[in-house]
Amino acid sequence: MLEFARWKYILVATVLVLATIFALPNVFGEDAALQVARKDRSAIETDGQRAVEDFLRGKGVTFSRSYIDDGRLMLHFAAVPEQLKARDLVNENFARDYVTALSFASRAPDWLRKIGLRPMPLGLDLRGGLYLLYQVDVDGAVAQVLEVYEQDLRRALSQDNVQFVDVVQVAEGTVKPNGLRALLPAGADPAPAREAIRRVLPDLTISAQPGGVGPILQALLTATQLKERQDYAISQNLTTIRNRVNELGVSEPVVQRQGIDRIAVQLPGVQNSAEVKDILGKVATLEFRLVDIQNSVSEAVQRGRAPFGSKLYETREGQPTLLKRDIIVTGDQLIDATTAATEQGPGVSVKLDASGGEEMLRTTRANLGKPMAVVFIEQRREEVDVGGQKVQRDIKEEKVINTATIQGIFSNSFQITGLGVNEARELALLLRAGALAAPIFVIEERVVGPGLGKENIEKGVSALMIGMALLFVFMLVYYKMFGVVANIVLLANVVLLAALLTMFKAALSLPGIAGIVLTVGMAVDANVLIYERIREEVRNGVTPQTAISKGFEKAFSSIADSNITTLIAGIVLWAFGTGPIRGFAVVLSLGIVTSMFTSLLGSRALLTLMYGGSRRPEKLSI
Amino acid sequence: MELFKSNSRIAFMSSRKLWYAVSAILFVTSLVALFTKGLNLGVDFTGGITVEAKFTSEAKPEELRTGLARAGFNDVQVQNFGSSRDVAIRLPPPEGQSPDKIRADIEGVLKASDPNVVVSRLEVVGPQVGAELRNSAAVALISTLILIFIYVFIRFHAWQLSAGAIIAAIHDPIIVLGFFVLSGIVFDLSAVAALLAVIGYSLNDTVVVFDRIRERFEANKRMAPADVLNQSVNQTLSRTIMTSVTTLIVVVVLLLLGGAVLQPFSWALVVGILIGTYSSIYIAAAVALDMGLTAESLFPTRKKLAIDDMP
Repeated sequence: MLEFARWKYILVATVLVLATIFALPNVFGEDAALQVARKDRSAIETDGQRAVEDFLRGKGVTFSRSYIDDGRLMLHFAAVPEQLKARDLVNENFARDYVTALSFASRAPDWLRKIGLRPMPLGLDLRGGLYLLYQVDVDGAVAQVLEVYEQDLRRALSQDNVQFVDVVQVAEGTVKPNGLRALLPAGADPAPAREAIRRVLPDLTISAQPGGVGPILQALLTATQLKERQDYAISQNLTTIRNRVNELGVSEPVVQRQGIDRIAVQLPGVQNSAEVKDILGKVATLEFRLVDIQNSVSEAVQRGRAPFGSKLYETREGQPTLLKRDIIVTGDQLIDATTAATEQGPGVSVKLDASGGEEMLRTTRANLGKPMAVVFIEQRREEVDVGGQKVQRDIKEEKVINTATIQGIFSNSFQITGLGVNEARELALLLRAGALAAPIFVIEERVVGPGLGKENIEKGVSALMIGMALLFVFMLVYYKMFGVVANIVLLANVVLLAALLTMFKAALSLPGIAGIVLTVGMAVDANVLIYERIREEVRNGVTPQTAISKGFEKAFSSIADSNITTLIAGIVLWAFGTGPIRGFAVVLSLGIVTSMFTSLLGSRALLTLMYGGSRRPEKLSI
Repeated sequence: MELFKSNSRIAFMSSRKLWYAVSAILFVTSLVALFTKGLNLGVDFTGGITVEAKFTSEAKPEELRTGLARAGFNDVQVQNFGSSRDVAIRLPPPEGQSPDKIRADIEGVLKASDPNVVVSRLEVVGPQVGAELRNSAAVALISTLILIFIYVFIRFHAWQLSAGAIIAAIHDPIIVLGFFVLSGIVFDLSAVAALLAVIGYSLNDTVVVFDRIRERFEANKRMAPADVLNQSVNQTLSRTIMTSVTTLIVVVVLLLLGGAVLQPFSWALVVGILIGTYSSIYIAAAVALDMGLTAESLFPTRKKLAIDDMP
């Protein structure tokens, strides 16, 4: 008897309907689009959307769609010229608050987007763009901090009038330096030196070392501290690079940590790597300055210039502020800035190096109760139009990011309080973003031209189409009616695979497309196993219905077994591969699962519908 | 339609010595080639620079080569690929020079030959990254083999079958690698991916044959092992060939239409599928036979234990 349980029919039908919906966003194609995001990375609200829309309408630019997606405003255009015009207009008018990025956006209807369905993202090899792999010099980060510690220690020892021969960096049990040694003269008492070390470097492990002319005191960073320092360097660099990528105005950039000490940056659509590397690797700085409270800000604004000894600044909100010309401390003297819970609420803990601390001490002692400001300075290169000619110009942007009242006398370690939770987090981030914590350098770079990307898609898709068409013909000739079933099942397999890939948001790469093509070829295998078994059963003289059900039954163990070996290869590949190779592994592994589902359940359902129940066919068209 | 008579009785096992010899020659040649000449490793593995450029008219590799030599690049490969207007340039890893400068220099040479040339792809891989990828590719290859060995041992209780499957699983990728060495086709990361797929695929075929062998032995425990194996290979022959043909169809299409980037990938699959099909027909089962596979090794008759039921 050939039967198929009702719940299995329902399962197959449900899966296929769901798969079709999930795969749907991939078929609509793309519009030229403009993505507008807030500079401070907070979400755009509906009034922001309205402002941009009204502005564009007023300028006679028509857009076909406008919606807020993931906190960013997306505008669709019928053609590229409109898109470019809109970008220029928005850039000109909203330069202060918004950054724009040209992109392509799916034409899929809103309801698909609203239920979270969007097309598979395309890998750089299909879209064109720039891939950069940065190596973060974590040892450099440790060296930086040790240098600061060394200075601090020398200063502390001198202050305490402790005689010492030298302070040197040591590498104890590691290749790179991980601590300091204070060499004391022969016969000296190590206790005061130990006290000094404990005071300035409280976190380090202090021990006495033998073998010197006099006592030797060693202060080491623990393995955890070293790792913390390295992690800190990477996460700070990650933040900095993210901030800078954000400023580039690229749609859908990817910045992620890779392995222990690397940062991978993917910038779709970007071609000029030199310029990008310039921006990503650039150095921004910070300055701490006193606020000028003797002179009136509004007066200075009216006159268009600041009084003597002061300088006119703007806050990020555009408020004018007068600051003293003398710099207290600059960003390179900043060691760390973290959010902290203080008695006065959320705040930011700032740590300066010794010279910065000294300067800060002097300043705070003299200016207790007065306001102090933090200025964020960024160097940027911009292309400007000068009489029809594009000229590159370096722009120095200076913004006051925080003003706080000096509440006490402090030196190298202090807290900025009176902030909201978000404010504190943002200030810490900005302070840290001021500079890269450790040098970075490019160890891998790949650029794919947009033309090649398009060509790759076309090639991949045409290979898929032609491969499938040939298979269809072959199966039809070889298995007749059963070939039709196999072909329907194969099509369902591709839809299912596309649905899963869309669900997992796996970026589609050229090897990924190749994986789909390969999967299609291999998916036939399960059907072949079943059909060959059915043929054998028919030859053995059993009734057609029994032949079908026996065929499925006997083929099952072979299908399961043979797929597991390929699945093993797919999983290993996923574990070891990166980028496009991972894409291939995902496709290969998912393809096995979908092909088992479609051939074991899908084709069984179809064949039972055709030949099962009371139909009792005389002969099978196989 | 049927490709094979349903009652095909090809005596695969009797010609196995010949195929052993063929396989041994292929295998040894591949190994020797691998260790003497070595693979033409892609930039992924060696580190270095690859530039692909599209010229508006026919490209002149000779002119480019001399131009690049004049610009100070000596160890340069310039090749046409795809069409006569497409050129791929490969350089060893940059030493001391910044990639940006090298890129600018190369672009200068290209522009001198054709002002409208378009650089369609540029890859700069540091030597360190190349070495790491080489390592992880080797690790991936070896761990796939180990995992598959474990699977085979668990799945087939007879060690003779495991041995056959494992020998086939080593045989196939080595010969594919040999093909890469001898043809000089660039071996890149995507070829590694294809190689792993080939290992999985080839075993897939073998497993189906072995499943049948088990089934035949169970059905007829007194039949001569060589006959059982012949019967099993014959009975699965249609399926083995069919699956290879369908997979080959799509892979050949990929080879012809997939473009330059997918060439190494497609070649590895085409050769791998052919070798994998051959090895599961002629090698895997034959090895099991020569290792002494019998019905007994799959379905051991229970021996009475001497200490059974002792009080």
